[in-house]
Amino acid sequence: MDTDGRPADRRRSEASISEPRPTAPVPLFPEAITAPAVAGSGLEGRQQSRRDRLISLAVLIPVAVIGLFPFYWMITTALTPRAAAIRVPPNLLPLDATLDNLVALFEQAPVLLWASNSLLVAGAIMVGHVIFDSMAGYAFARKRFRGKALFFTLIVGSLMIPVHVTLVPRFILITNLGLDNNLLGVIAPSIADVFGIFLMRQFMQSLPTELEEAARVDGANEWQVFWRIVMPLSRPAVATVGIFSFVGAWNAFLWPLIVLSDRELLTLPVGVALLQQEFSSNIGLQMAGAIVGAVPMIVLFLLFQRHFLEGVRVGGVKG
Amino acid sequence: MSRPPAAPMTVSANTPITRVARRVRRFWRDNGAGYLFVLPSLLFFLIFIFLPLGWSFLLSFQEFGFRDSTWVGLDNYLGLIRDPIFHQAAFNTVIYSVSTVAVWVLVSMVLATLIHPLPTRLRTFFRAAYYLPAVTSAVFIALVWKWILNANPWGLANHVLSLFGAGPVSFISDPSPFLGANVALWSVILSSVLTIPAVGVVLYSAALAGIPRDLYEAAETEGAGALAKFRYITVPLLKPITLYVTIIYTIAAFEVFERVYVMTGGGPGYATHTIVYLIWRTGFRFSDYGVASAQAFLLFAVIATISVLQFRALRSDVEY
Repeated sequence: MDTDGRPADRRRSEASISEPRPTAPVPLFPEAITAPAVAGSGLEGRQQSRRDRLISLAVLIPVAVIGLFPFYWMITTALTPRAAAIRVPPNLLPLDATLDNLVALFEQAPVLLWASNSLLVAGAIMVGHVIFDSMAGYAFARKRFRGKALFFTLIVGSLMIPVHVTLVPRFILITNLGLDNNLLGVIAPSIADVFGIFLMRQFMQSLPTELEEAARVDGANEWQVFWRIVMPLSRPAVATVGIFSFVGAWNAFLWPLIVLSDRELLTLPVGVALLQQEFSSNIGLQMAGAIVGAVPMIVLFLLFQRHFLEGVRVGGVKG
Repeated sequence: MSRPPAAPMTVSANTPITRVARRVRRFWRDNGAGYLFVLPSLLFFLIFIFLPLGWSFLLSFQEFGFRDSTWVGLDNYLGLIRDPIFHQAAFNTVIYSVSTVAVWVLVSMVLATLIHPLPTRLRTFFRAAYYLPAVTSAVFIALVWKWILNANPWGLANHVLSLFGAGPVSFISDPSPFLGANVALWSVILSSVLTIPAVGVVLYSAALAGIPRDLYEAAETEGAGALAKFRYITVPLLKPITLYVTIIYTIAAFEVFERVYVMTGGGPGYATHTIVYLIWRTGFRFSDYGVASAQAFLLFAVIATISVLQFRALRSDVEY
């Protein structure tokens, strides 16, 4: 059951995630999803006149500058000495750059604890999504069972329910379970999600069934077929689900804000938001906090760019 | 054909009991694996989404007390209809959503159209540059915007204004009326619309790849310019994806929270309260669970209505 020696299969499976099939199932807005699915040459690679390209760049570059400017200003302010941050006119370049703000941040706020809390929460939620979403996606892609259509409608339909409607009872529930002010209370209500189930189902539907059948003939049980055959073949989709879950959980704010109250238990976004109350006059320290929260995700994005863009395209429900 | 272990039962004779047992066993053989694989997720959705949904609905008709709750019928809803703070929050949410969604949809369509014909390397670069802010929590971006829009002369926005001899403007701390809403709310909106709508750009880019090239070539032979092609080919053919992008952005905009929490704390006064911010305050600052649930359901009704209306308005059968 060695699946690694099959480049052809691998290629096929990677191709199928970047080109969702016309049958791509988003029952909520079917037309919307089939549109990008139609494979076509489009305008890609078309010869573009020099003038047209310059006009495009004249718009695209300033937009990129505006969009990325907050990061520049975050870094510049974080590197500026405290007294210089409130000078008129402001320093547009980090001239007398200093690491004082970062040092002060690590001395005066439990940033490392917040980071490890975030890591724990995001890691646990990612593992949960990868396992449970894949299992459900597999069942919906491959299994026949009574109530399948109903369950699928129920799960996808839950997308229509805005988060804030369920906040209050969910908090009562978590409190009754004794999980308030506890990282488990942040993790538990996020342990599976629609996006992952949907993406895994779609991907697994595109896989050939021969390998699974062969494994069954060889005496593999249901779990082995899923875990040893289907999951390795689904690696590109699993990676996308994993990365999205991780980033989403790392950046989550409202729910951790509600559940956690001890300063040492906070996740990074909640902790950094708290900094602006605790150190309201020290903007450099706040910006240093923002950097610590933002940089890990930026690094992750630069490493796994492809998975992010594919994920948005297939799921389109995040961010 | 090995299936998960069937319910342990021994078949001895053809009694009614064994017949039932056989049927159960056959049902389990045909359906069991599927059930076991969906079970964890299904339980999750039932416990953390559908149970709270029903519970929240019941709560919205109660006055919540930690010892005992009392049924108050429609009082929570009727109270909200007369509550000026709720009105303000609803109004702010609508202003925020309408303006940001309009800009986001338009900007993401234009950006995707401009990126599309570029050589692969440039295309990849711009998509990445535009997506980068989207992987960062809104908390961090909002924190920077709060600093940029600082009311003091050392605030960057005010410095730029002063170069033109304008300002200073108090931005997020100024509740005075402006363009139908107030300065503080428009400042929050400004910070939102200056954030690149990354998801929209990616979705539109994917959709553009599906438009047949010969349509543009035909238009060019008829002498159509870039704007005409955009207006008469790109926009109509992208309509289905526009519907989708509009709906996801509308839902996101209606749920705006981080930005308000970080930049203004809902203030000054109630000037930048939005519905979700109000729900959070009512529910988790004042523990008024009944009223918070009623607020949530009213917003739910509004979102659902708007989604349906948008769906109807933008719906079309595009074929090419």
